[in-house]
This record gives sequence, C-alpha cells and structure tokens, in this order.
Amino acid sequence: MSSVAVIDYGMGNLRSVAKALEHVGRGDSVRVTYDPGLIRRCDRVVFPGVGALRDCMAELERLGLDEVIRECAKNKPFLGICLGMQGLLDHSDENGGADGFGFFSGQVRGFGADLKDAKTGARLKVPHMGWNEVHQTRPHPLWEGIAQDSRFYFVHSYYAAPSAAGDVAGTANYGHDFAAALARDNLFAVQFHPEKSQQAGLTLLANFMTWDGRA
Amino acid sequence: MPLAKRIIPCLDVDKGRVVKGVKFVGIRDAGNPVEIAKRYDEQGADELVFLDITASHEDRETLAHIVEEVAGQVFIPLTVGGGIRSTANIRRMLNAGADKVAINTAAVSRPEFVREAASRFGSQCIVVAVDAKQVSAANAPPRWEVFTHGGRKPTGLDVIEWVKRMVEYGAGEILLTSMDRDGTRDGFDLALTRAVSDAVNVPVIASGGVGNLDHLVDGVIKGGADAVLAASIFHFGEHSVEEAKRHLAAHGVAVRLTQTESAAP
Repeated sequence: MSSVAVIDYGMGNLRSVAKALEHVGRGDSVRVTYDPGLIRRCDRVVFPGVGALRDCMAELERLGLDEVIRECAKNKPFLGICLGMQGLLDHSDENGGADGFGFFSGQVRGFGADLKDAKTGARLKVPHMGWNEVHQTRPHPLWEGIAQDSRFYFVHSYYAAPSAAGDVAGTANYGHDFAAALARDNLFAVQFHPEKSQQAGLTLLANFMTWDGRA
Repeated sequence: MPLAKRIIPCLDVDKGRVVKGVKFVGIRDAGNPVEIAKRYDEQGADELVFLDITASHEDRETLAHIVEEVAGQVFIPLTVGGGIRSTANIRRMLNAGADKVAINTAAVSRPEFVREAASRFGSQCIVVAVDAKQVSAANAPPRWEVFTHGGRKPTGLDVIEWVKRMVEYGAGEILLTSMDRDGTRDGFDLALTRAVSDAVNVPVIASGGVGNLDHLVDGVIKGGADAVLAASIFHFGEHSVEEAKRHLAAHGVAVRLTQTESAAP
C-alpha cells in the first residue's frame, strides 16, 4: 500500500489523473489535495496541470504549495504532467514569461504559428493535439513494459527545452524533436497525458505507483 | 510516423441511452453508453464524443453521471456536447471527467461565451461545434452558412468567417458537421472540410456523412481533417474502430494501432 498526493491548485482535470491512479493502484490511497501537511505525509506526489505557467505559479504561491513542492521534489517519487512538467524548468516564455521551479535547467518555448513538418513542409497546427510517438531515449523504471515509440496523448502549445541532454528520458517530434519526458533521480516529468493515453499511459502510472524513486 | 489522425466514435445520448440504433454483437443492453464506450475503447478509439441530443437540464445531469462512470473505466479523452450554455455547465462536465466540451448554439447566441470559457478553462478543452449547410448555387463558388437547432435554423453567419472568429476567441478545436451530408452515408462534404481546415490553425474534426471506410480516408487526405468522427458505421457493427484504423494505415495515414503497433506499415 502506497499513498499518492495529486496536488490540487485549481488548474486542470485532476479528477482524470486521480481516477487513472485509482484504476492502476492496488488499493493505494489517492488524495487530491492542497493541504501541505497531507502532501508531506504521502509517499509520492503527482504535479498535474493545464494552462499557463504564470497562473500556475501564482496559485501555488497563494495556496502556500510552492514550498512543499520544493521539499517533496528532493526525495519523494515525483511525477510532473503537462504544465506540471513545464513548471519544473527554469522559465517559460508563455503568456509574457514566468519563472518555474528550476529543478531541471532549461526553458519552455512555444511551437509558434508557422510550424512546419521537417520532412514534408506541411503546415502543422498548434496546439499539438493528439496521439504521437514517444521515443524512449534511455531505459527508466517508468518505461517498464511500454513498447518503444508507443503513442501517448498530447495537448500543448509550449514544450520543454532542457539545457542538459542527460535530463531527457523521451522525445517526440512535432516540427522538430522536443523533450516528451524528463528524468533525474526521483523526478520524472511528461508532456503528454498518461491518464488519457490508454494502456501505455496506465502502464506508466502503474510503474510510478511502485517506483522507489531511483533512476 | 507523425502525429496520428484520430478516429472518434460519436455517441448520441437521449435520456441516458445511446440512440441511432446501436447493434453490437454480444452486448445485451445495446444502448448502454458505458458498455458502448468500453467497447470502442477496447477497439482502439482515440477519443469519444457524447452528444446529449435532447439537452434538457435533467438529461444533462444524466449525461454527467454517464461521463463519470465512463471516465472511471476508459482512459482516453472524452468530449461532451449538447446544451452547454454556461461556465457552470462546463465545470459540471469537467468535474464529471470530461476533458473537453463542445459548444454549438450558445456560441452563436453569444460568441463572447466562447472567449469566457476559453479564458477560464483553457482553449484545450473548448471545442466549437459548427453545423454547416451549403447555401451557394450549384455552379457558383461554394459558400456555407452556420445553422443551429439540428440544421433547421439559419444564422446568416458564413462558416469560414465564423470558424476564424471562434479560434480568435479561444476555440481549441473545431467539430465540423455537414448538415447536407449528416445521415446520408454519402461521405464527408470534402470541399467544406478542406476550406475550414485551411482557414484555421487548430485541429478540425470532420463529421457528417460517413458510410464506409474510404470516406474516412477521403476526409483526412482530401479534406485535410485532423480527426474523423463517425457514428453509424461503428454502431451498426459494420466496422470496428480497429478495422477503420487498419484501412487508414493501408492508405498511408498515420494512426495509433494499439494491438500490433510494430506491425504497422
């Protein structure tokens, strides 16, 4: 039995994340919460979210959650999803710019309005919405049982551009390669939505629920 | 392979039951939306759309419960439409487990609603549904007008101008239904689909008229659709979602094949 806190700061469809974790958990306790004490007591932490980073960081500070996130990111198995991935970098260009937590060094950049397919030159629509292949760039306990280049569900207009190639655990291609997954020590972060990625996503979440936080 | 084109079965729900004559072999309760959603998920559907076709207040609540039950068992994106008129409606559906809502009549009545909804919930969950009907003469350059109330009520809005405006207001996706083709099984209105897809920089879901698997291929290749929506070809059990995907793959369209991804062409 394990307990997982899904950090609730009023942005995004937390219910979906919680339902997926409950589905894969073996009687594990899934708590959707903004209570820092409860988050500290849980064994693992999921940091989800959709929207723009500026609003996200403002809400986290208002709710006093920034500190507990910094704390948990030091030692608990920690999974960032979508905006919850972008927030782990230094800075995002979205919406006039905002600083993130900086657990991974690097920037969050926009795809831009004139994105084109590198091979065909065809115009690519933004947001990047739908099922795309994720290439696992190195083995990781969270990739266990997931076929190489499996498709996951994405919906985003900004992407993580980490400065250290060693932090990348998976890439996807939309106009160009970008980091679809980041990993270091007890941190794992994904741009796609595992809670909406059917079997591949559920496998990743099941792996997270048993992960000891070692890369 | 690039970003996959999506196949989206659509479930028309009336008083808690899927209508349009659903006939799956082996399902006793053929109209049970939760059972049908699970079946489509197993077949590899990329998303599901639930349309509340009566959209009274009570029915919307029924649908919210259905979505809640589906969302606990089916882990792909879920869109809910029909009678979405307020941010309270949207909040209710998102809380039930929907990922997106489709706004149709309310956008026409009050376009600012789309702007409010997108700024509150994010463009990624705001789909604007457009019912289009060709209004130009047969020999004139094609022109389409937005209709509401199931194609009965003209609005005077030009479809191409309307979709551009809706994207400017924050729509993250367009669900485009040809009222001329809906229910005909003659295939998508490809000129309409192409015109809308070229006009906006957000994904377009083509809908209305699918009668066979080649129509899905045409919608993507000729119409330029990012996703194709169909009801009856799946409901009647003529084709499974997986068959549809293999057919698209055989025509060079990138799709998500769940069973044997590595064997894809």
